[in-house]
Amino acid sequence: MSEIEKSELLDRFTYLSERESSDHLALNCPAEQLIEFCTVLRDEFQFDLLLDVTAIDWDVATPRFTGVYHFYSTVKQMYLRVASDCVDNIKPTLPSLVPLYSAADWHERETYDLMGIHYEGHPNLKRILMWDSYPYHPLRKDFPLAGIETPLPAEDVVEQTNLQVSAAPMMGGPFVSSGDGKMSQTEPKAKDESWNEEKGK
Amino acid sequence: MNKQTVAYDSKVEGEVIVTRADAVINWIRKNSVWPMPMGLACCAIELMAAGGSRFDISRFGMEVMRFSPRQADCMIVAGTVTYKMAEVVRRIYEQMGDPKWVVAMGACASSGGMYRSYATLQGVDRVVPVDVYVSGCPPRPEALLDAMIKLQEKIKNENSVKNLLTKHPIKKIRKDAVS
Ligand code: SF4
Repeated sequence: MSEIEKSELLDRFTYLSERESSDHLALNCPAEQLIEFCTVLRDEFQFDLLLDVTAIDWDVATPRFTGVYHFYSTVKQMYLRVASDCVDNIKPTLPSLVPLYSAADWHERETYDLMGIHYEGHPNLKRILMWDSYPYHPLRKDFPLAGIETPLPAEDVVEQTNLQVSAAPMMGGPFVSSGDGKMSQTEPKAKDESWNEEKGK
Repeated sequence: MNKQTVAYDSKVEGEVIVTRADAVINWIRKNSVWPMPMGLACCAIELMAAGGSRFDISRFGMEVMRFSPRQADCMIVAGTVTYKMAEVVRRIYEQMGDPKWVVAMGACASSGGMYRSYATLQGVDRVVPVDVYVSGCPPRPEALLDAMIKLQEKIKNENSVKNLLTKHPIKKIRKDAVS
């Protein structure tokens, strides 16, 4: 985005602030003004493509969740990143961009599924990757990568197989090469080899 | 007469071949395996290659890939099985008629592979009984063919008549207190 447009935006919308970025222009926008700002972005600044909707979990910091949007202008061939903090740490909420960009539909469902951001006004906000009754949001910082024991929803299958989601720890991993020496001698292996599946039981 | 005849000799036996029912049934079954490609991830690409002309799975009578479980007797699980998909895999397995076999193709299907995470089932043998495991990520088509030949060996030694006359034995899945 050219410098002129950037200052134009910052002058016109006083609630915007510039965000630290190592590539494209990035702006902070408060959640209440997000719809208003994005409407202008789309209609007046030709950012016609919503590329990505995601979120950041800052763990113990407040605000804990920040929604992140990537826009692209096919006219100006330019990227723009917009970040928006969620006020509530317990039930993080952002306005849904589906009325503006239909691309937001599945992206917001994914972010809701994995990060637990609630998009207000979304026409069909349900999980997209995990099953509907899954109780957690797995990409949050307090969720262990290995997973948490969870029952599966299909009763008939569970009855036959006794299957449930069980934690899958890394068995001494991650499996990395030490990188010093010949490749034949430095194959990737677990750092902690005392662990194995038998002992882990 | 010092020339020994080991196999069928028309002069001696005429139009009749004597054999065991098991041998015939197994011979038929093993040379007409109809696989169901349960292609769930990247391994499925190698499975497709195995069906192509270069590797040509039809040399072993297995080219009739069926996308309906009712018409198939060997499920080839090729790919990463997530917990969400696990129930589907099990249901499809149950819809296959007996006798049926399962090949776990690749590291993911066999053990979860590199995906030790909250979403991935750590080995499809926890939902369906696996007959042959294929290592590799992905296994080469030759490895899959090798596994299918191993499966043929396995089919060859089954008690088919007994299984036909009694209730078909239910194969066991792996049950353990998972790590
Ligand atoms: S074993 Fe490797 S190639 Fe096969 S599905 Fe898993 S990741 Fe893909």
